[in-house]
This record gives sequence, C-alpha cells and structure tokens, in this order.
Amino acid sequence: MTTIFGVPTQALFGQLLLGLINGSFYAILSLGLAIIFGLLNIINFAHGALYMMGAFVAWMLLTYVGLGYWWALGLAPLVVGVFGVVLERVLIARLYKLDHLYGLLLTFGIALIIQGLFRNQYGVSGLPYAIPAELSGGQRLPFMFLPNYRGWVVVASLTVCLATWLVIEKTKLGAYLRAATENPTLVQAFGVNVPLFLTLTYGFGVALAGFAGVLAAPIYSVNPNMGADIIIVVFAVVVIGGMGSIIGSVITGFALGLVEGLTKVFYPEASATVIFVIMVLVLLVKPAGLFGRTA
Amino acid sequence: MADSATLDAAPIAAARPESRDDRALHRKVFIGIAVLLVLAPLVLYPVYLMKVLCFGLFALAFNLLLGYGGLLSFGHAAYFGMASYISAYGAKTLGFTPEVAILAGTVTAAILGLIFGALAIRRQGIYFSMITLALAQMAFFFSLQAKFTGGEDGIQAVPRGDLFGVISLADDRVMYALVAVVFFGGLLLIYRIIHSPFGQVLKAIRDNENRAVSLGYRVNQYKLAVFVLSATLAGLAGATKAIVFQLASLTDVHWSMSGEVVLMTLVGGMGTVFGPIVGALVIVTMETYLAQFGAWVTIIQGCVFVLCVLLFREGIVGLVARLIRKPL
Repeated sequence: MTTIFGVPTQALFGQLLLGLINGSFYAILSLGLAIIFGLLNIINFAHGALYMMGAFVAWMLLTYVGLGYWWALGLAPLVVGVFGVVLERVLIARLYKLDHLYGLLLTFGIALIIQGLFRNQYGVSGLPYAIPAELSGGQRLPFMFLPNYRGWVVVASLTVCLATWLVIEKTKLGAYLRAATENPTLVQAFGVNVPLFLTLTYGFGVALAGFAGVLAAPIYSVNPNMGADIIIVVFAVVVIGGMGSIIGSVITGFALGLVEGLTKVFYPEASATVIFVIMVLVLLVKPAGLFGRTA
Repeated sequence: MADSATLDAAPIAAARPESRDDRALHRKVFIGIAVLLVLAPLVLYPVYLMKVLCFGLFALAFNLLLGYGGLLSFGHAAYFGMASYISAYGAKTLGFTPEVAILAGTVTAAILGLIFGALAIRRQGIYFSMITLALAQMAFFFSLQAKFTGGEDGIQAVPRGDLFGVISLADDRVMYALVAVVFFGGLLLIYRIIHSPFGQVLKAIRDNENRAVSLGYRVNQYKLAVFVLSATLAGLAGATKAIVFQLASLTDVHWSMSGEVVLMTLVGGMGTVFGPIVGALVIVTMETYLAQFGAWVTIIQGCVFVLCVLLFREGIVGLVARLIRKPL
C-alpha cells in the first residue's frame, strides 16, 4: 500500500474528502452570513438553527408528504427562506437603528427558540435520512473510493457559491445590492426600495443555510443540535476570512475544511480546535482577516 | 460600533454626572442588600440563594465588561467554567483548602482572560463577540478532552473542606455565609471600579471610542484591563460555585452558559450597577421552577431574549432607574 508521510493514501484522501465536505458547508454558511452582514449589518446567530431547519424540512417532506430528496432540495430552501422573510419583517427589521449587538442577541434568542422547539418534538438522538437512489454507490478512483453522494455535495456547493458570486458581481440586481451595502441612504434616494432589498437578502441568505441543511441531511443524522455545533466554527471561519469579500468567504470555507481533514489524519486530538487555533494565528498576524478590509 | 449607534445602557448615567444624592441612594441600596443577605436564609432555601449569588456575581462581572466597557463577550462561560474546574480539581485531587482552591480558580480565569482578551480586542464590535465565542469554544473542547476534567462526567463529589483549615463548610449555613461575603465583596469592588477614574474612562470609550483615542487614552489597554477584571470576577463566581455545589461540569464551559449570563444582564438592565443581581435572581428562579419542563426552558429563554431585545432593552433595574430618575 502506498503511503505519504507514513499515512496510507486511502486514509489520507478519505479524510481530505471529508474535510472538503465540511468545507462545503462552511463555505455556504459563511457566504450566507457574509451577504446578510454586508447589507443588514447584523450577525445572524440563527443561521445554524436555520441550517438545521433545512435538514428537518427535508426529513418532514419525505416522512409526512412523501416528497423525496430532489423535491426537498428545491422546497426546503424555499420554506426556510420564506420563514426568514417573516422573521426579518416581524422581528429583525425593528432593530436597524440600534447597535449591532442587539441584532446578535435577538437572533441568538431566535436560535434558542427554533432549536428548543425541534428538540421538544424530535429529541436529540437524530433521525436518519437516506441517500437518494441516483447518488448511492461510488466511484473507484486509483487512489481512493469516492462515494457519489459526497462528490455531489462538493459539486453542488461549489455551483451554488459560484452562482451567488456571479449574481452579486455581474448582474444589475447584484450591482444594486453592492451599492446598498456601501451607502443605503443614497441608493434609496435613487428610488430603489432598500427595505425590500434587506428583506429579500435575509431571505436569500437563510435559504442558502436551508440548502446546506438539505445537503447535510444524508451525511449527518438530522439532529436539532447540528446547527449549534457548526455555527460557532463558521463564526471562526468568518473571522479568519473577513466578511468583506464573497469569494473570500467561499475560499476560506473550503480551505479550512481541508485543513481540518488533514488534522484528523496527523493529529486527531486537535481536529476539533484547529480552526480556532488558526483564527488565533490570523488575529495575531492579520487582524482584519485574510480577505477583510480594515475595520 | 465605535461611532454609529449606541447601547441603551445607563441612559441616565450618561445624561448627567452622579451627584452626592445618588451616592447616598446607592449607600442605602448597599445597606438594603446587606440586610437582605443576612435575613434571606431565614426564609429561603440556602442552596437556592447560593446559586443566585454565584450567578449574580457572574452577571455583575459580565456587566462590567458589557455595560461599562461596551464589549459584548459571548464567551464568558470559559472563565466561569475553567475557574470552576481548577477550583474543583484543587479541592478534590490536590487537597487545597476551599479558599486556596477558589483563589487558584480565580487566578486561572485571570490568566485566561488576559490571553483571550488580548486576542479579542484586536477586533471591534460584532467580530469581538464572535472571537470571544470561538475562543470559549476552544476552552470547551479542551475541557472535553483533557484528562483532569473528567470529560462528560465532570469533577463530582468535590469536598467543601474546612475554610482556612479550621471552619467546616459542610453546613449549608456556613457555606452561605462565605458565599454572601464573596458576593458582597465582589459587588463593592465592581462598584468601586465603575466609579473610579478608570471607570469614567471606560464609559468614555464605550460612548465614543474615536474621541477617547483622540483625547490620548490608550484605549486598548483600558479594554484589556476591564476584560481581565471581568474574567477574573467571573472566575471567582465559577470557582465559588464549584465548591458550593461540589461539582464542575461541561455545562459551566458550554456556550449556552455564556448566553445565560447575557440574558441575566439583559433582563436586569445592562449598564446599571444592580441590574445583573436582579436578572440573576429572575433567571435562576425561572429555571428552578421550570426545570421539570425540560426543553421548554430553552424555548422560554429564547422568548425572553427576543422580548427583552425588542421591547425591554433597559431591563428591570433600568426601568426603575428611569421611573425614579436616578442612576442605579
């Protein structure tokens, strides 16, 4: 068996793939956080809870309605997005004139409520969600075995991130969005409905989280705590990348997933904390984050 | 958050400097608290009271940072929890007397606060909160994996021991007396810090960081100092808690503990001297009575968060202070 640095290549590439998968989720989630933060100036603590909700909506669609994975992939983000729009209109919109800290506290409260409700209803043991038939099985590559579904997750995540980036950077709508991020008052003076933009942006950002949740459902068990576990890591990812750049948050997400995977191979004890350690190093060397504009 | 929007904290204190009148009022409140501390165990269960006092001190320490430094730490469980582990480990395994165990825990929290604080103040506002949360999560994973913390079990059956090697703390009433003294001492210290020239500079930084910089204050040193003070006092609360309940566990370092202390401060009134005590009283009481409802506690906490942020940002003591037109 071939080895690299004393590690069998099978194990190495297997962990790298797992890292890439985690990285896919970090990328989509931090992308959503960055878009929301850019326009609304709040850190959406509920992002993890909404990611969890996406996974649960997929599970509910299958269990109660009989709609499978592909339906869920389209419907669950929609449901989460609409839920986000309601949240923004009813609760979050009331805080725009206040300090950003209140946005963090409010969304933290919302996260507690959503998480508590699902925990009450479904317990904490986690529910299984099968991999769709089209994507079961895998490919035998020369250096490793690649399960089809895992490959799909990476491709889907990359596609969504890239599409989001294109919309924001290359379309008229994206141009409005970027302008509103820079100077909302001025954009409003030009007759653009900025409050509507804020609502839709929040809806879109959390729909991304819902989408990530559906992707995650067949890999991890569908569990009320899955959002809380990941959101703190995503915060660290966001601190490392800085929220100034869309593409930056995507690259950082994938890169940190890979680093985490590598750590699992060479020093498993540190795999839970390696991202936080990197955050510390980045803070020491480049406090604004790798892609961040100076605060 | 340097220049734009501001916290609603201490609306009156910000409006005018405190007069001799206010000082007299505060003196009365302190006497009232002292009397309550003495009388309360006659009517109420001492273990419940000790819980309120430990969390009260924790919230007071947290409020020093949020209400007066304007810094929202979302990772205060790290100092509370690590101090509680060290204190429990010292008392159980190393055979420390309770006062040495508590001291050891408090010093640990201070050192941790110095390291984490120095890192976190490199960013401002929302990033500061995320960094403190991430660092605290690191402390959580450390506690989960380290040998001495006992992993999922925590450190159980910590002996209360004999204070100074002489006075046995096994009796709840004796233990209560110690906790009450620690709490009152912490409260006085925090009051003193807030009303010192150092505290005035802190408030200036909170209200307008850029102006404080242009006036020549080394803002980062002030921020770090208040961060360390806050972490140390949070550690004192955690270390004491470990001795009282004879237990240090992962709950104390978990992020939900960080959220809880924010909630206590918010409910009581951030930026008020006495608010966090009331907040701790309300939240601990609520949890004691709701414990039977399991996961509903989280949901209710979430609802209280949402309602407080939307409708009741001044908190209970903040409201009272507005009604009597005096800073509390």
